[in-house]
Amino acid sequence: MLEIKNLHVKLADEDKQILKGLTLSVPKGEVHAIMGPNGSGKSTLAYVLAGRDGYEVTEGDVLWNGESILDMEPDERAAKGVFLAFQYPMEIPGVAGLTFLRTAVNAVRKKRGQDEMTTPGFMKFVKEQAAKAQHRRRNAEAPSQCWVLGGEKKRSEILQMAMLEPTLCVLDETDSGLDIDALKIVSDGVNALRSPDRSTLVITHYQRLLNHIVPDKVHVLADGRIQKTGGKELALELEKSGYAEFTGKAA
Amino acid sequence: MTEPTWAKVHYPKIDFQDQYYYSAPKSTSAPSSLDEVDPQLLETYKKLGIPLKEQELLAGVKSSQVAVDAVFDSVSVVTTFKAELKKAGVIFCSFSEAVREHPELVKKYLGSVVPQSDNYYAALNAAVFSDGSFVYVPPEGVRCPMELSTYFRINEKNTGQFERTLIIAERGAYVSYLEGCTAPTRDENQLHAAVVELVAMDEAEIKYSTVQNWYPGDKNGKGGIYNFVTKRGDCRGHHSRISWTQVETGSAITWKYPSCILRGDYSRGEFYSIAVSNGYQQVDSGTKMIHLGKNSSSRIISKGIAAGRSQNTYRGLVSAHRKATNVRNFTNCDSLLIGDKCGAHTVPYIEAKNSSAHFEHEATTSKISDDMLFYCRQRGLSSEEAVALVVNGFVRDVLQHLPMEFMAETQKLIGISLEGSVG
Repeated sequence: MLEIKNLHVKLADEDKQILKGLTLSVPKGEVHAIMGPNGSGKSTLAYVLAGRDGYEVTEGDVLWNGESILDMEPDERAAKGVFLAFQYPMEIPGVAGLTFLRTAVNAVRKKRGQDEMTTPGFMKFVKEQAAKAQHRRRNAEAPSQCWVLGGEKKRSEILQMAMLEPTLCVLDETDSGLDIDALKIVSDGVNALRSPDRSTLVITHYQRLLNHIVPDKVHVLADGRIQKTGGKELALELEKSGYAEFTGKAA
Repeated sequence: MTEPTWAKVHYPKIDFQDQYYYSAPKSTSAPSSLDEVDPQLLETYKKLGIPLKEQELLAGVKSSQVAVDAVFDSVSVVTTFKAELKKAGVIFCSFSEAVREHPELVKKYLGSVVPQSDNYYAALNAAVFSDGSFVYVPPEGVRCPMELSTYFRINEKNTGQFERTLIIAERGAYVSYLEGCTAPTRDENQLHAAVVELVAMDEAEIKYSTVQNWYPGDKNGKGGIYNFVTKRGDCRGHHSRISWTQVETGSAITWKYPSCILRGDYSRGEFYSIAVSNGYQQVDSGTKMIHLGKNSSSRIISKGIAAGRSQNTYRGLVSAHRKATNVRNFTNCDSLLIGDKCGAHTVPYIEAKNSSAHFEHEATTSKISDDMLFYCRQRGLSSEEAVALVVNGFVRDVLQHLPMEFMAETQKLIGISLEGSVG
């Protein structure tokens, strides 16, 4: 279970407060969505959870399974099961996607005290995970297009998520820049990963992603705080009324 | 002669009277197989990341045989696979043996590519060299049946190593040669001034690869090897081909420019380089492609990685002689900086003395971005693993030119050299 308690975060080298007392919990097995206007602190929250440099936590705590993760290095958090799907995934020049994936999988396995995977074992695992995540698409109309070779960065991001077997998934505006078909594929991938021992936090601007990934709860983040929490219908309301109510309150 | 001072390297003046020019390992009777080599020495190899043992295993596999001629200090200790090479007519032996057994070949070729008056350190080498490796591949299309490999290792305290390598590929012959260098930890600076000469006759091909991880000095820049090496290949015949591949991760100072004299028409020279510097290392390395023959071509791919407080310079010359028409060169120099206290420099000299020459030069300098490191670390990689991964991607174009057996080893070596580069 993820518990964020009264989290205050400022930029490390600037006197700018971004999160101002954010409190939120995501129990195991649940998918929560965070929606909010630009500049509300959504991406900051994602980065702070993953342990990126450049932010300073001035107050509050983040507990993952009862343990504070704020002092951990990013790779230690990854080993504890924290996965962040990036808004803009990186490509490392000269490193093939599969090489990267295998390096990551083995790094995490090593830290979790598991054996490193052999090449055949790894290839089998990739195929299984790719097939699982792609399940619905294949049944529908899909040309037999391989996930990995498809080259789409965001899809490979979801495949990485499946491969690293995280217990806390944070998706930072994964829907940005996706067309409807790609959106569906990514959502299917996320849905395939729903499980009773996994918490998922979906950060998004738009309601449309939540048609595909149906959340258990929706939180509205504005001005560095959760302003409102509701069921999936809250997303639909927001779609109609916009964020004016919350940003107005903030100002 | 005077010491060259044009390179971008700094070091206290060397007292050449205070050098040891010859030292022999303690056990003087040369062992006939690796089993007889002192296990402690093998252990040192292993620790340094150059597993001779592993190569022996590799050598057991019929398809990928590696013959090793290990040079311990100045005397060649182990020479393997001689018999099989002999069947093909290939001579691969220590220099001292070549002088005894094949004096006519040594007389004909020694000093014909790098004369004793070539430069300061070549002259020093010519004066004092005591051993090295000798390869001769006979004419008419003989392909050397295995990768030839030599290890040089500076073992004794205070010794320099002044070995000499001479490789001759006769008409239509092919040989691939790999040299690995290691040196254990010593406080004093040790001098290494080697000379390598390659001769490729008509349609012959020589592939020369180097993996160098001499002791680079400690983290305060104390000690380490001064690596002042002259390497040159002569594409003497038409359609001959010489390819240099180097992975330089060690030495306090590297001063080397493996070059090709493209004398034959349609000859081809290649230079692929990975130079990694960390701590207080200084690298000034590059190549010379001297086009003398018509329609000769060359290709240079250089990847420099600088970390810590190191300085990494690429220095290269591409020239076309007045009569060398229709020559081509492509040069690509990329530098990668890790941290903000290191330097990368590129100094290309390009001289075309006729208007038909076609020279291209590309260069980039980049830094490993925080975004990229964070991305890797979020995926579970430690910062050192992340840097190693990014760097191995950066050097991939060059890595591909190394013999298969040494690729994995090299990747690991690069990772080890960059340890502690991200704070």
